[in-house]
Amino acid sequence: MNFDLDQEHELVRSTVRAFAEERVAPVAEELDRESRFPYDLVGELAELGLMGMTIPEAYGGAGADTVSYAIAIEELTRVDSSVAITVAAHHSLGTLPIFYFGSEEQKQRWLPELAAGRKLSAFGLTEPGAGSDAGATRTHAELRDGEWVVNGSKIFITNAGTDITACVTITARTGEDEISNIIVPNGTPGYEISKPMKKLGWRASDTRELSFKDAAVPDENLLGPRGQGFQQFLEILDGGRISVAAMGVGLAQGAYDLAYGYAQERQQFGKPISKFQAVQFKLADMATELEAGRNLVYKAAWLKDQGRDFALAAAQAKLFTGELSNRAVNWALQIHGGYGYMDEYAISRLYRDQKILEIGEGTNEVQRMVIARHLGV
Amino acid sequence: MKIAVCVKQVPEGNSRIDPGTKRLDRSGEGALNGFDANAVEEALRLRDATGEGEVVLVSLGPAKAQDVLRKALAMGADRAVHVSDETAGGSDLVATSYALAKALEREGADLILFGQQAADSDGAVLWAAVADRLRLPVVSQAAELTHAGGKLTIKRQTEFGYDVIEAPLPAVVAVSDAINEPRYPSLKGIMGAKSKPQETLSLAELEIEPERAGEPGSRTEVYALSDPPARADSRKIDDDGNAAQAILDFLAEKRLV
Repeated sequence: MNFDLDQEHELVRSTVRAFAEERVAPVAEELDRESRFPYDLVGELAELGLMGMTIPEAYGGAGADTVSYAIAIEELTRVDSSVAITVAAHHSLGTLPIFYFGSEEQKQRWLPELAAGRKLSAFGLTEPGAGSDAGATRTHAELRDGEWVVNGSKIFITNAGTDITACVTITARTGEDEISNIIVPNGTPGYEISKPMKKLGWRASDTRELSFKDAAVPDENLLGPRGQGFQQFLEILDGGRISVAAMGVGLAQGAYDLAYGYAQERQQFGKPISKFQAVQFKLADMATELEAGRNLVYKAAWLKDQGRDFALAAAQAKLFTGELSNRAVNWALQIHGGYGYMDEYAISRLYRDQKILEIGEGTNEVQRMVIARHLGV
Repeated sequence: MKIAVCVKQVPEGNSRIDPGTKRLDRSGEGALNGFDANAVEEALRLRDATGEGEVVLVSLGPAKAQDVLRKALAMGADRAVHVSDETAGGSDLVATSYALAKALEREGADLILFGQQAADSDGAVLWAAVADRLRLPVVSQAAELTHAGGKLTIKRQTEFGYDVIEAPLPAVVAVSDAINEPRYPSLKGIMGAKSKPQETLSLAELEIEPERAGEPGSRTEVYALSDPPARADSRKIDDDGNAAQAILDFLAEKRLV
């Protein structure tokens, strides 16, 4: 048994932490206020190799393991969730499906640009009428004269509409009881992308509604075998849960750090509020839950790296860190008192950024369904 | 051009001195000394400008110092020499410069770069001592460095402007933090660092006599440690709504405004 991270992992942490504090933190508040997509930061993250972390070097990635990836996402989220989800969605939802299920030709065509972060990609699963019940996808694609003709709509799709987005991989009905994944390049006639959606949090990230009206893409844009779409997206979501679980730990750590700092500065009744047991106990609980949550996330990532079944661990990590981050931002804001409710204090942004962690990549309720299924009940 | 860069691991955050040993407490987290990151960056730029040559890291420090060598390798250095020996603990300027000079002699680099000073001890003299032992020219506080026609041109930061100095190679140069902005290690760099050559040498392997290393080889003795005295003429101003005026009056009284 060994709980020590490798030297590489520590170096990933210190590098991403330094980047987040020096490059992201100074602009996070402004990006959020202006709901502005962080193109410059994405360019810098791409140079560092953070946009295609676990993609092998042969396809333009950095060849890192999932534990390194989880650490990087955690450290980015500690400072800013919008930047973190941009990286996580591009990597785990946009790029990995092509790496996992694409033909060699598809990999050669898409991965070098995506893994290097020069282009972004998205994954379009959720529909207005198909959220937790993702199998209820109504978007359909019909094979006509060697082309898939797509009709339907998607919603809440991250990274779909940036200036540097190359494509979206969508789930579509390709038969009566058949779902397949199809790559739709941006710019395809009939594929329309809404204006950025307005959100409670993650405001600097790109979230869109997509609509397809007779949008035709070549036959070879089918990802993997026809009819495998359902299985494929379940697999993608399993891995994506590690991303969002890492975000839960990072967000909670960020909230804890803010509260810890504020509690020593803020004086009431003649002493720093950190000297009051009511505040100490909150910090003690947060630190304890953080430790538990981090271990769950790293274990899920480690299982994935070992090639072992990680679906249960990922769902447990996602559920636990989603809920723990909720408690953490709540307590951290409480420790800040009235100041925490003001935009000038970063905790207010972290508070808004938290809620989606209990919804995206499967709600808390869906995680419990997944976990219960693994328990055999 | 072969460039050697001397790097040091310094304690992260505020340094603490162990009152028992009167040495710096190095038990906590360590980090690559900031000025040394500038030296590594400059070495990489010089190497990459010509596309040839080698950047070798040299460090004297405990086993833990490997972390900073790994970081500098991840930034892009080619290999690392780590002088690590239990008996080297407590080395002062005299012993440290001797050990480093021995390691550097073995490398025979064209250019030896140092960060101007270390964030823990802030001595800012080690490079001079090493250069003296190696009988090489030395230029400090380099804010710009160019290499052409077999010689170096160095823009040296001074209190009143810049000196421009030419130096033949081989030479020792200590860089200031104005010289560049060190890069972050890239993910590829981090993943590739492990497989780069890393050598650990004992003092015996460098033929350093035990009496010239660690405390026996040092000429500095710490007699006592104490907190700096409180500033005599400080004044605390409580803000009763007139603090700004009080501060202004204070500064005017001192003829500072």
